[in-house]
Amino acid sequence: MHSYPAWKIWLVTIVMLVALVLALPNVFGEAPALQLSRNDRSAFTAESQAAVAAIVAAKGIPADAAYREGDRLVLRFATVDKQLKARDAIREAASRDYLIALSQVPRTPAWMRAVGLKPMSLGLDLRGGVYFMYEVDVKGAVKQLLESMERDYRTMLRDERIPFSGMQNDGTDTVKILLRTGADAPRVESLLRKRDPNLVLETDTLGEAGSVSVTVRPEAIKERQDFAIQQNITTLRNRVDELGVTEPIVARQGLDRIVVQLPGVQDPNEALRVLGATATLEFRLVDDQNSPADAERTKRVPLGSKLYHTREGEPVLLKRDIIVSGEQLVDASSGFSEGEPAVYVKLDARGASEMLRTTRENLGRPMSVVFIEKKRVAEAEPCNGVRSGTECTEERVISVATIRGVFSSNFQITGLLAGEARELALLLRAGSLAAPLYIVEQRTVGPSLGQDNIDRGMRALAIGLLVVFVFMVLYYKKFGLIADAVLLANVVLLTALLSMLQASLSLPGIAGIVLTVGMAVDANILIFERIREELRNGVSPFAAINAGFEKAFSSIADSNVTTLIAGVVLFTFGTGPVRGFAVVLSLGIMTSMFTALVGSRSLIHLIWGRRRKLESLSI
Amino acid sequence: MEFFDKKTSYPFMGTRKRWYAVSAILILGSLASLAVQGLNFGIDFTGGVVMEFAFPKAADLEKVRSDLAGSGFGDAAVQSFGTSRDVLVRLLPKGSEDVNKVGQKVLAAIQQQNPGVELRRTEVVGPQVGQELAEKGALAILFTFLLILGYVAMRFQWKLGVGAIVAALHDPIIILGFFSFTRMTFDLPSLAAILAVIGYSLNDTVVVFDRLRERFLSMRKSTPGQVIDAAVNETLSRTIMTSFTTMLTVLALLFFGGEILRGFSVALTIGIVVGTYSSIYIASALALDLKLAALDLMPVQHEKDAVDDMP
Repeated sequence: MHSYPAWKIWLVTIVMLVALVLALPNVFGEAPALQLSRNDRSAFTAESQAAVAAIVAAKGIPADAAYREGDRLVLRFATVDKQLKARDAIREAASRDYLIALSQVPRTPAWMRAVGLKPMSLGLDLRGGVYFMYEVDVKGAVKQLLESMERDYRTMLRDERIPFSGMQNDGTDTVKILLRTGADAPRVESLLRKRDPNLVLETDTLGEAGSVSVTVRPEAIKERQDFAIQQNITTLRNRVDELGVTEPIVARQGLDRIVVQLPGVQDPNEALRVLGATATLEFRLVDDQNSPADAERTKRVPLGSKLYHTREGEPVLLKRDIIVSGEQLVDASSGFSEGEPAVYVKLDARGASEMLRTTRENLGRPMSVVFIEKKRVAEAEPCNGVRSGTECTEERVISVATIRGVFSSNFQITGLLAGEARELALLLRAGSLAAPLYIVEQRTVGPSLGQDNIDRGMRALAIGLLVVFVFMVLYYKKFGLIADAVLLANVVLLTALLSMLQASLSLPGIAGIVLTVGMAVDANILIFERIREELRNGVSPFAAINAGFEKAFSSIADSNVTTLIAGVVLFTFGTGPVRGFAVVLSLGIMTSMFTALVGSRSLIHLIWGRRRKLESLSI
Repeated sequence: MEFFDKKTSYPFMGTRKRWYAVSAILILGSLASLAVQGLNFGIDFTGGVVMEFAFPKAADLEKVRSDLAGSGFGDAAVQSFGTSRDVLVRLLPKGSEDVNKVGQKVLAAIQQQNPGVELRRTEVVGPQVGQELAEKGALAILFTFLLILGYVAMRFQWKLGVGAIVAALHDPIIILGFFSFTRMTFDLPSLAAILAVIGYSLNDTVVVFDRLRERFLSMRKSTPGQVIDAAVNETLSRTIMTSFTTMLTVLALLFFGGEILRGFSVALTIGIVVGTYSSIYIASALALDLKLAALDLMPVQHEKDAVDDMP
């Protein structure tokens, strides 16, 4: 009699049953589908779902399945042809109500969806799509912060009637106020303290004049950078929503990067047109006391003003002080106000109070919107703006309008043509990015390549499994069959874990599964070789099994730890697909240890363990 | 079926000098190749643009090259990818040119001259991202080594640790040498494969070491050379078997996994062969030459107990 604790057998049984259930959703495959979201952003209800179902049913193309997922409605179809016809039908019947996205959804039965069972999520390299990595110009965000401080201080000093000769901004963390009389410094200091007790101040006197340097604390700078990235993420999410992509990912990566993944999107340029504008904007007052034409001719710009050009090339003089910048813009949309094309603008609280103050004081005077676009240019490429290294900053006045009333958070810009209004709204929205973004990495995988990658990966997996199966049976006979069963259990377990974790499976991830299949049998080989050795030494079969498992354990543990170390390091340093490989490799090592040590022993016990006496082993 | 019916007794340690020479030649050759022509890094590390096109029928690479040269991309590397219909175009970043725009221009240039061409894949990596990935990759290799060294030193003895690390260094150098010598593109998956190989090679080595420790305790009368030979021989069947099954699956990847995984599969294939060889001939043999003795592997605990037992 071979003894083996019953609870271990139960453990294996329960783990495998759970794994089977978790892995089950993967066998159903995917089908073409439509994902609808309502234009008014409200959730679908049973009634609105019925309304959509009626539209497609009327065209004779009822959906195979229709269900609500979050705020969206998913309609699944058997073929791409039906999917496209249904989309056209819905567009025709109610194009204004819904945003429709084409997608692929798993064909899992309703009860599985209801209990939250999902198949593995496929990475972009397997299902096709676009990947962008943006870098946020966090330095630019800090510079904006310093500029707004500078603006504040100018107003403050003017209000307090303290004479100053200028401000110096080092662009990293300090604003230096140059005072005409050094004796004013203590007063300025106390005024600044009153505004923000956290500032680091430093006074300096130089003859009669003096200066106060204001340094921002590193925590405040970090906060500002985080805010800039967060705002960019929010803005990108809104724009991604406009693209109508299903399951998009917009996520921060590291200190200053944002990753955007758009599964199913085929044309990166279209996505870039919507996402890619790296722009910001500023509302400024127009300097109507001086002539812009004179300023351009003499190259002498009046104090406190700056010379700009419209898109048509006309010179415009604007006040240096920014009223509101893009980061304070919440939304902009085009529409009609009293029959005239208009742009509706919405500002946040800080922007609103600034706007209120400015419009109250400047009623009837012109205000303008400056659009600032940052791009990288080659040395030979022209730059119609300020060039700093490879960076070209183009500033253009996109709108000059007269302030016709006192307003704060909501206002309209009128006096435009319909096309202009639409474009201005678009530009305003584009300019609401807090800090400039640059694309630093971009990957596009076509749908046919994605499918090819799946097919290739699966073929390699199937062939690899088959060859190892056959070989193990040839080499270890019945024990080889046990190793095969255990190997299969290992693949099921790995699939279950990947489905449960919803870690996205990439092509290197599939390669990791294939590699795991080859390496997972290692533990069984170590055990079986040990058993053979014991048998050769004349030990009885049962004793040989026990000794084999016991003596092989330390080798199995030691050897797996080294591979696990490599896996964990890969996970820490890797990104994207490589990370997927690391996840699969590490999980595979752990599952293979479990199945080989506990699983195969349970199987051996169930098959041979109950016999009173065992003459020989089929190994 | 068994590869080795009886206990094998190959004199591994006796012939080790010969294998040292083989390894030395391979490593020096690899280092020379790496020094002379370096690695053909993929755009993951250099930054740049890679585009894969599917042509309706076998593509004329010369014509694609001249089409691209006509649009100002004379320096584009054009090669077939897997089949004669699939073409890979690779461009390195030039100065401060916006790499994001290059992709569009290349696509336009190719589709204008060759209607019906399908764009399968585009990868645009900014130079700064590439550089970061390269740095991260180097760091990853370094960390893997340090952690594994720490683990082996903790579990075994430093002489074995040195043997294990030299063997583990030996393998990636030869793989990198192969990539350098054949000018194969070294990309991110290839790097991942190298890290997996380091783990795998150590795995083999550790199994031999485990047996070594066991044997040093049970064969007290034998010389270290005999003990090591016994340990290697006893684990030989397992070493070959595991390498064989892993090799089977890696070959499945190499032949059926497609071009994108080529570098990955090649690195693994070489790694498994070299890793198996190095754990037999390099890791244990070096420990022998570092004068590994039974005493080195005795649990320290026992001596202390013995002292305590003294009256």
